[in-house]
Amino acid sequence: MREQDPQVRAKNFEEVACGYSLEDALRESERCLVCPDEPCISGCPVGINIPGFIQKIGEKNLRGAYDILTDTNLLPSICGRVCPQENQCEGVCTVGDSLEPVAIGRLERFVGDTALKEGWVNIPYIEPNRFRVGIVGSGPAGMACAADMAKAGCDVTVYEAFHEPGGVLKYGIPDFRLPNTVIDAEIDNLKKFGVKFECNTLVGRLFTIEQMIDEMGFHAVFVGVGAGYPTMLNIPGDSLNGVLSANEMLTRCNLMRGRDFPNFDTPMPIGKRVAVVGAGNTAMDAMRVSLRLGAEKVYCIYRRSRTEAPARAEEVHHAEQEGVEFHWLTAPVAVLDDGKGNVRGMRCVRMELGEPDDSGRRRPVPVAGSEFDFETDLIIYAIGTNANPIMGQTSKLKLNKWGYIGADENLATSVAGVFAGGDIVTGAATVIQAMGAGRKAARSMKAYLGIRDPGLPYIESSGGTLFGIDTRERNFARVRIA
Amino acid sequence: MNANAMSNFEIVTREDFSDVTYLLEVRHPLMAKAAKPGQFVIVMLNEHGERIPLTIADFDRKKGTITLVIQAVGKTTRQMQQECRVGTTLYGMVGPMGIPSPISHAKKVVCVGGGLGVAPIFPQARGFKEAGAYVIGVLGFRSKDLVFWEDKFRSCCDELILCTNDGSAGMKGFVTDGIKVALAGHSDIEEVIAIGPPVMMKACADATRAAKIKTMVSVNPIMVDGTGMCGGCRVKVGDQVKFACVDGPDFDGHLVDFDDLMVRLGRYTKVEKEAHERWSDSCRMTKQVGASALHALKHGGQSELLELPDPFEDAPGG
Repeated sequence: MREQDPQVRAKNFEEVACGYSLEDALRESERCLVCPDEPCISGCPVGINIPGFIQKIGEKNLRGAYDILTDTNLLPSICGRVCPQENQCEGVCTVGDSLEPVAIGRLERFVGDTALKEGWVNIPYIEPNRFRVGIVGSGPAGMACAADMAKAGCDVTVYEAFHEPGGVLKYGIPDFRLPNTVIDAEIDNLKKFGVKFECNTLVGRLFTIEQMIDEMGFHAVFVGVGAGYPTMLNIPGDSLNGVLSANEMLTRCNLMRGRDFPNFDTPMPIGKRVAVVGAGNTAMDAMRVSLRLGAEKVYCIYRRSRTEAPARAEEVHHAEQEGVEFHWLTAPVAVLDDGKGNVRGMRCVRMELGEPDDSGRRRPVPVAGSEFDFETDLIIYAIGTNANPIMGQTSKLKLNKWGYIGADENLATSVAGVFAGGDIVTGAATVIQAMGAGRKAARSMKAYLGIRDPGLPYIESSGGTLFGIDTRERNFARVRIA
Repeated sequence: MNANAMSNFEIVTREDFSDVTYLLEVRHPLMAKAAKPGQFVIVMLNEHGERIPLTIADFDRKKGTITLVIQAVGKTTRQMQQECRVGTTLYGMVGPMGIPSPISHAKKVVCVGGGLGVAPIFPQARGFKEAGAYVIGVLGFRSKDLVFWEDKFRSCCDELILCTNDGSAGMKGFVTDGIKVALAGHSDIEEVIAIGPPVMMKACADATRAAKIKTMVSVNPIMVDGTGMCGGCRVKVGDQVKFACVDGPDFDGHLVDFDDLMVRLGRYTKVEKEAHERWSDSCRMTKQVGASALHALKHGGQSELLELPDPFEDAPGG
């Protein structure tokens, strides 16, 4: 896929990957073997009929490809860009056994973008029922759950604490990876399904989950508030000016548009030599944003080696191309100050890999006497997040020992009618896993409300379903068994 | 309760206490119903605006309004002073945020408010009064013309000690002098609650440390989201790091590291100044090419003539 030149793109916020042309897509689609055991479908968290949509591309029937995609995935433009395909569909692709796997993500994005450009929306036939569903959080989990419940005929309202919907897609993922215009277009599609979005609403504090059920007339509630509480390192110098979480820096840049300061009012911390601690996708985003804001040097500090880095392979590759300096097997020990409360540098220690730990990754251990200092004026922590405490503080929802919301295998919580999914249940994960959880919760919610939901229509072949709804279903009256 | 009764954040009352301090009453029935003493909101003036935290100074459940008292000190708060008129709307206001102040069962309390901190201490003073406590109010202002809400406090305080730096109203001195007077007159004070600029809260905590009187303070550091997501508002409390937005904003004043807090508040001073200067320049230019009706209003365009006041500001981000 054509990409912006690394030197050029490291100075702008335009998308890095330019996307396929029709010719590219046709050529790539021919590489799919349409193998009978379809490993890619089981590799996909939402079970997209991947060979099916690729075949339609091959037939130059892009509308048909879009119809198949939207049977199971309402947000192809987003997933095509941010899914870790190498661990999912592409990781198990048969072609990948001997050659490069089929570029499923890029094909998905191509179809999704074409639909946005052409204005295609698949609005299913929706028969309204009397159920009202409240969704807390407008990130990927909430969006996916909202879409399914709206398709089932429910009156769906999504609450968002920020002033714009989209959750982590908006505040976290930068424009050069996922443009805000794409997110807005996908949200507009949800609105066409009848989903209502209410921003500036902090559920828990403005009203509680219990009030939603008891007083506000919601029959079921889905909680998908994410796990945004950033972890700090707890090393000396943590609170110096110039040390901040990746969440803060990305939110200032992406959602608040601090990169356009002073045309936008939110100030942006600018560093000449930026050190980012961590090597996940968020760390890569923070590094690449720093470059685009004019940093001369950007260092990645990670205590394990490249093999253990949790980021998508493509992101590490892109960051490297753009000039990020990687320091693998290096752990921060202290932040050094300039005597005025600002960051002057960082002290690190070299690490080596020992025995595997609980996560199965080899545990890094410090090498004695290997400490060294280097200069930096901005330090960004991207070392993971914890559960947000607001839901626990304000509701009777049972939490697990890490503070995440406890949910059973159907994503039902300890409060009847309240379901939860995404990062607030599992801890930090990916966009597509959150979407998968949102859809799973929607299935449980339909069962709870007594809405007929025959089997698992989403992973059936598209023959019997139209836009994810079983074609036979509309002939049945939906009855709630009290 | 209807979820769709969400507010459009209309300003229904405005009152100017001085050249720099003003009150806005914003319609938001749902929030007025939910708000409790000690909580705060995050406000956005317009689509290009920043999110600034402001402590809730009062709430009226019957009228369905939230009252904010704001000091024009940064770019956003000055722009709000110019643009927020009755009938106009804010772009966004979210809240009530933070853990409500615990109105304890203390029988005798001192509620201390300094400068702009006078406003947010009011719901606490009223809360303690309603809980049956003997409430001593200590209010501090720089001078007489900055005094506001004296009558409101008289209605809920059993005693009121007014302090001004220059002695133009009440006693001459700082709020710490007022606290000393209160402590001298009463040996059975169980709790002190202090809200104001960090340097004042630090002094209050020091004033009660020897007597080991429980002292709660309300910190208001730089925030972006206010929901526990950015970590910008982290404060050192004892040996722990807390997020003011979701773990606070009230903490034990004897444990808060105020020096750390004050350094962190200065993080964006330089860029904020640039933003403000740029904005003042554009205002001046607008005036030169034919003043809009907005600027002709009483307080319009005056802000660039004012010196930066003490950091008595509720919203450092503003």
